[in-house]
Amino acid sequence: MELTPEEQEMVTGKFGKATQKAMEILVTLGEIYGAKRLINITSVQVAGVSYANLNEPGLKWLDEMAKDGKVKILTTLNPSGMDLEDWRKLAISEDFAKNQLRVVDAFGKMGIITTCSCTPYLYGNLPHFGEHIAWSESSAVCYANSVIGARTNREGGPSALAAALVGKTPEYGFHLEENRQPEVRVNIKAVVKGTYQFGALGKALGDKLGSKITYITGIPKASVEELKSFCASYATYGGVALFHMEGITPEKVQKMPDETVEIIKEDLNKALSELDEDTEIDFISLGCPHASLAELEYIAKKLEGKKVNSKKEVWITTARPTKQIADRMGFTKMIEDSGAKIAADTCCVVAPIKGRFHGLASDSAKMCYYGSGRNKFSVKLMSMDECLEEALKL
Amino acid sequence: MKLTGRKIYKGKVEGEAIVTSSSISFYGGVDPETGTVVEKGHELEGKSIVGKILVFPTGKGSTVGSYVLYQMAMTGKGPKGLILNDCEAIVAVGCIIGDIPCVDQIDTSKITTGMKLILDADNATVEAF
Repeated sequence: MELTPEEQEMVTGKFGKATQKAMEILVTLGEIYGAKRLINITSVQVAGVSYANLNEPGLKWLDEMAKDGKVKILTTLNPSGMDLEDWRKLAISEDFAKNQLRVVDAFGKMGIITTCSCTPYLYGNLPHFGEHIAWSESSAVCYANSVIGARTNREGGPSALAAALVGKTPEYGFHLEENRQPEVRVNIKAVVKGTYQFGALGKALGDKLGSKITYITGIPKASVEELKSFCASYATYGGVALFHMEGITPEKVQKMPDETVEIIKEDLNKALSELDEDTEIDFISLGCPHASLAELEYIAKKLEGKKVNSKKEVWITTARPTKQIADRMGFTKMIEDSGAKIAADTCCVVAPIKGRFHGLASDSAKMCYYGSGRNKFSVKLMSMDECLEEALKL
Repeated sequence: MKLTGRKIYKGKVEGEAIVTSSSISFYGGVDPETGTVVEKGHELEGKSIVGKILVFPTGKGSTVGSYVLYQMAMTGKGPKGLILNDCEAIVAVGCIIGDIPCVDQIDTSKITTGMKLILDADNATVEAF
């Protein structure tokens, strides 16, 4: 890779140890993937925040980087393992809480905005079309590439942090136009509606086509909430970082793929039935990816004046700013008076909840995947209305 | 036998080879507390990689795997070095932050479990005895 004189000085340590380590990561990745140079980026999203995944060694590494590392550009943060202000209501242990706060402090010390959200595009980190960025968090990567038309590879936590400390990323993969062209056309011959059905569609496509770049037709409209659910699921089941959806994706395709596949109602039903285990539900998780204001308002109005079955736990995960506006609008009170809990700064994929529940209901196919794999719950993918009915059911 | 590949991360180590023809997911597939492969049905399931030179085709799975490699390196529960056919980002980043010597573009089918190896990442070579 060709480096500028300034970049070479970063490699030799003139700009400090953290920058040197960051350059080591960026240059190695660039060389593995055949990048010719580093390019400037405008924003970063850093994942790998939950203490449950980092553990003590991961935290030590972050502390080491925070000694002299400072981000060069707008950098936001993924969800942590708990609500940073009200973790006790989620029955998180004192020990975990103490360590989780140390993690978030280390990120903050480096100048990262500790948004603790998986939907950075809703909280001040909204790149525009064609912008080069370096994001981790697979659902946000998929959304940024496919819905916004920005350009990012699927970074991991450390490589995203490295990009933030240098303000650059190696130019390979999805940063290059030729690697962003669709490989297969997918005609959706079914009506897809609601976050859970878009999640089922993401699973159906991911299971069938893996990480191939698709050109999707047949979705006449989709809300932000449906798209974030779709992106999360498609990235989870297919490892997908980019798709083109006719009428949604702003990017122009250079050449249409020759191969076409169809997705019919049976494909969606198959995906739904694979996430429909026979189980007694004791945990209902909404807000994966983080619940939007519209979703919180909807849930609040559904739960107003009602009581959640005391044998069931309901978590609605969202970002702190959304919760604060929900507080002002009275949504938080309507939700929490019912017994359901709003959990800000965290998500059920990374919170330490293994062993606490056994039957999970969610409107998110991604949540079902991690609920089943990571936490060994039995899972049911249901519409948001069905999830809320399940919560109230005696 | 001497094989030449590409340096991923610097360092020189000697050790015993543990070889698999299946890719490895370090997050979820390897227990960082014991250094044992735990992925169900994996060729190395139940085997320890602690202190060995791990020879495998490529990494897979969640990017959290980089932190798992790092954690194992810091607690002495990790492999001494890594040799791959194709290194991808998860393994490369794990080696860089964990200071684990690593080379790729090696024909790993030429190495068998139990062979004594000298992995010289600085010169991108592997000697097998």
